[in-house]
Amino acid sequence: MTTEPIAPTANALDAAPARPLWQVIFIRPVMLTVLLLILEPIVASVFWPQSLDLQYILSTFTLTAPLALMALVLTLVIIAGEIDLSPASSMALTACVFAAVQQAGVPFPLAVLICVVLGLVLGLFNAFLVVFLRLPSLIATIGTLTFYRGLAQVLAGDNSIKLPEWYMGLNLVTILGIPVPDLIVLVAAILLALLLGATIFGRQVFQIGTNEIAARHAGIRTRSIKTTLFATLGVVSALAGMMFVSQLGTVRYDLGLGGELQMVLMAMLGGTYIFGGRGSILGTFLAGWLLSIMTNAMNTASWLPATQFCLLGVLLIVSIIITNFIYSRTQR
Amino acid sequence: MNAVKSILLRREIGIFAAIVVFCAIVGIANPRFLTTDNFRVILLLMPLVMVAAMGEMLVIIARHVDLSVGSTLGFSAMMTALMFKLAPGIPWYLGFGVAIGIGAVLGLINGAMIIAFRLPAIIVTLGTLYLYRGLTFIASDARQIDRQFIPGPLKAMSANSPTYALPWIVIIAVAVVLITYWFANHSRLGRQVYAIGSNPAAAPLRGIPVTAVTLAVFSISGALAGLAGIMYASRWAFVNPSNTGWGFEFQVIAAVVIGGVSINGGVGSVLGVVLGVLLLSCVSAALPLLGIAGTVQSAIYGLVIIIALVIDQTVRERGILALASARSARP
Amino acid sequence: MAEPTTDTPLIAARGISKSFAGVEVLRDVDLDLQRGEIHALLGENGAGKSTFAKILAGVHRPTRGTVALNGEVVDINSPITAQKLGVTLIHQEPISFPDLTVAENLVLGRTVGAPLARVHWAQMTREARQLMDLLGVRIDVTRPMRGLSIADQQMVEIARALASDSRLIIMDEPTAPLTPKEVDTLFGIARRLRGEGRTIVFISHRLEEVRSLCDRVTIFRDGNRVATDTIANLSDGDIIRLMIGRPLREYMKKHGTTIGEVALKIEHLSKPGLFTDISFDVRKGEIVGLGGLIGAGRTDVARAIFGVAPASSGTITVNGKAVVVTSPSQAIDLGLAFVPEDRAIAGIFRTLPVEQNISAAVPRRIAPGGIIRRKVEKALAAESVRRLRIRLAWMRQPIGELSGGNQQKSILARWLLTDPSVLILDEPTRGIDIGVKAEFYDMIGELAASGRAILLISSELPELLALCDRVLVMSEGRLTANIARADASQESIMQAAVPRSTVAA
Repeated sequence: MTTEPIAPTANALDAAPARPLWQVIFIRPVMLTVLLLILEPIVASVFWPQSLDLQYILSTFTLTAPLALMALVLTLVIIAGEIDLSPASSMALTACVFAAVQQAGVPFPLAVLICVVLGLVLGLFNAFLVVFLRLPSLIATIGTLTFYRGLAQVLAGDNSIKLPEWYMGLNLVTILGIPVPDLIVLVAAILLALLLGATIFGRQVFQIGTNEIAARHAGIRTRSIKTTLFATLGVVSALAGMMFVSQLGTVRYDLGLGGELQMVLMAMLGGTYIFGGRGSILGTFLAGWLLSIMTNAMNTASWLPATQFCLLGVLLIVSIIITNFIYSRTQR
Repeated sequence: MNAVKSILLRREIGIFAAIVVFCAIVGIANPRFLTTDNFRVILLLMPLVMVAAMGEMLVIIARHVDLSVGSTLGFSAMMTALMFKLAPGIPWYLGFGVAIGIGAVLGLINGAMIIAFRLPAIIVTLGTLYLYRGLTFIASDARQIDRQFIPGPLKAMSANSPTYALPWIVIIAVAVVLITYWFANHSRLGRQVYAIGSNPAAAPLRGIPVTAVTLAVFSISGALAGLAGIMYASRWAFVNPSNTGWGFEFQVIAAVVIGGVSINGGVGSVLGVVLGVLLLSCVSAALPLLGIAGTVQSAIYGLVIIIALVIDQTVRERGILALASARSARP
Repeated sequence: MAEPTTDTPLIAARGISKSFAGVEVLRDVDLDLQRGEIHALLGENGAGKSTFAKILAGVHRPTRGTVALNGEVVDINSPITAQKLGVTLIHQEPISFPDLTVAENLVLGRTVGAPLARVHWAQMTREARQLMDLLGVRIDVTRPMRGLSIADQQMVEIARALASDSRLIIMDEPTAPLTPKEVDTLFGIARRLRGEGRTIVFISHRLEEVRSLCDRVTIFRDGNRVATDTIANLSDGDIIRLMIGRPLREYMKKHGTTIGEVALKIEHLSKPGLFTDISFDVRKGEIVGLGGLIGAGRTDVARAIFGVAPASSGTITVNGKAVVVTSPSQAIDLGLAFVPEDRAIAGIFRTLPVEQNISAAVPRRIAPGGIIRRKVEKALAAESVRRLRIRLAWMRQPIGELSGGNQQKSILARWLLTDPSVLILDEPTRGIDIGVKAEFYDMIGELAASGRAILLISSELPELLALCDRVLVMSEGRLTANIARADASQESIMQAAVPRSTVAA
């Protein structure tokens, strides 16, 4: 086949061949998610019949809900061409602070405020490193992921910090039969999908992810949009932390350890392109459910956490390979 | 000689200066830091990270990254330990071959996926970080391998020494450093590694077998992580599926990045990485003497990586600016 | 297998055709290259000369046709095969490993050996020095490649070619970034190589250089080889006519326009390392050209005006108001528009629909409250497509599927929607078919006629001469000339573009 030209002449590589319409409609990464979503419950129901009960699915999703919430915002970050591996660590740190200040006597509303502001600060620090210092986001957020987790470790040591009695179990509250955490994720998904699809902000996120230099030249405020995304992810991680700890009643520094893998996996399984410019909230949302069902099935089958992570690691690689394959045919 | 080389030289001197300053400060706060006993402690902290850092250095110079070194270390250590447990008659030194071999295979798998699917190394090794860790759990049935199963002579390598009261594992680490130095500076393959990191697009056009070099580099990184695995077994005399090597990759990458190896590839020296490992070990050793809990370590590594990245970026941008103004001064 | 005689050409290409994604770039080209000659390939952008050279160098493979080396048909399937056959291509932007030393760059990839073979630094350095001496070039071979001037990098590439004993050395627009002195050095080396019986292929736009250096000339037009002859037999007029197919004067029109007040005024704009003390103004209805060699700093000035990479000092006045432009979005609000040089890098959102590409710079028009009004966007895009005659299959087609000319039109449409008072165009017709070029020239003329101020950065001298009321010229970061239309000629522009501090030999 032809070798790639080193510096392609402008007109030579300009016109990419048009794709047939059926390909455009059917060969999309979200199809992969839909496919998996259909297959998985079928497989699960064969081995673990009880996992098909709707109530059961809804209530077990509450465990995944915090991660799914962060994954939804993370999807926007990835579409914009960056990545953030630190939300799980931010979640742990803000949750530890949330519990610790309440133990020290701070009233609940103020504790919430502190927690959210801290999340905002952590997100802004990421933004500072990536947007202003122009560090590569993947490795910079690996740095902050380690750093934030370390700070949580400094704060909490090896201890479990307890939360106020009444706070525990909030995740079981249901509205119209649907647990609150699930609703939060649903509402967030709807809002974010609207943001991404119908607003100029969402449009510009796609443009930045497709070609940041062109976006800058077109007058799009790339730096402020990216900062907003990182900051939002920071705030959302604080919210996710508050959701998470209501299930456990206590918090340790290792809350959500490995959560970054699950979040990125949700985004990838949902068809987000790792290099930016493509992705959908619907896909990530469906992938969140998929992961919840899978995790539940693995727990029921008594798989160790590490074994589960092992499978997730495989899935991550496989899903990226597949989405990369689908997208790289049309990109460039 | 010229601007760029002097920047590099300044980098290594900078790290050295940082070490001196740091030790001086800590020494003032707690004079026990500057005793020979403590030097021995520092020395013993280094071999594992040093060995793995040599491999990671080559990977980063090639413009990739290997996040799975910790899990590779854990898996190789576990497989070797299992071998000792299940087959007690096996000569203990075979453990080295097994650990290095397994590590090399794991590294090869990383490299193969990166090449075959054209994925960024950081994503693939993020996946294998979890994959290999999970395999460790599966293989060991989540159980630790205790002291009694680790062969005596192996454990003794961390205590006994042939010379200058330096334990064998330190000698091994020194040997690895020297071999890496020779490889990076005097072997054809080593120079090719620098080449593909410096300009990956140009490499195939200049007849460099990019696939082979990439596979080699990841295999070496894996093999060295495997070596670090058996050194772990020697040093700590147990292998635990959840602890062994957990978080190790961050120490290694932090050391490499402090050592002046650029994330963008093509630049890096063995001396720099050695100094980077030394600095991190001094910091680790200083913590208990300063009354700071060991739990701070993660935070420090994270912070260190961030700072080193910022310095790297600043140096690069300054260098570009310096070249630009030099060009305008041209007659 | 024929014995190579002195009559056998070094390279005999027959029936070479090449298509990229259905677009035919070369059509049935036959060409012979003799030993010991310097052969020029001339032609406009997109005429096929670069593609042909790249086929010889193994970068592309022909869709049809054969190449014979010394009478024997060969398959040049990769750059490495080409190098082994003795063909070396020296790119306009020489490729190298910036972090490795010059000596290493010379050697890498040429030696065969085991992976763990010892690298003999001393020997490598010695050989490198010898090569450099052979060329008569003084470069420290132990320094990293990074930071070498382009001229020096070219020298290293030539040294590589010599080291591998290349019989055919192809130089792709080598003189664009060079000073006259460096050009002389390069030509001296080329002549010496010719004396050794090697063949040099020289791709260039510059007729004076071609005339001074080359023996024979081949002219490409629209993918065909239209003529090959000794340079002495062709006048400049002949060459130009063969290149574009029509006498120059007929080809372009110029609208007469009334020129109004000053819309853009630049005073003492400077950015160390890039440009110094740039001052000029552009009036409404005026088309001001900005010419110069590559690397002169023209695009940097444009980027400074537009806020992409602001200047360090100096003032910018837009429509009478002094401003400090710190970002493109601010520039747009001030009425500035900038069509960048490389649309693939700084222009198009390749995978996004044409609609979204066109509306990208006017978010407030299509989404006044933050929510996108699709009907408004559709209408704006449809109007743009109609006005600029953009050819596409359907409105939501990804822009990457359009041809270069239509992509460029879409970018222009994007900027026209911002209704700018000042429009900066950076090489707007680069890589575009001749027919579409003419459309662009008409459009630019109309834009000026409608009262906009236009700054046209271009390396194509005929373009500058035809369209502009005045031509500014930059050289090495400074403004060297402000030539009125009546005094403008290819010579006067070139003279100002070339650095004045060096004396032509």
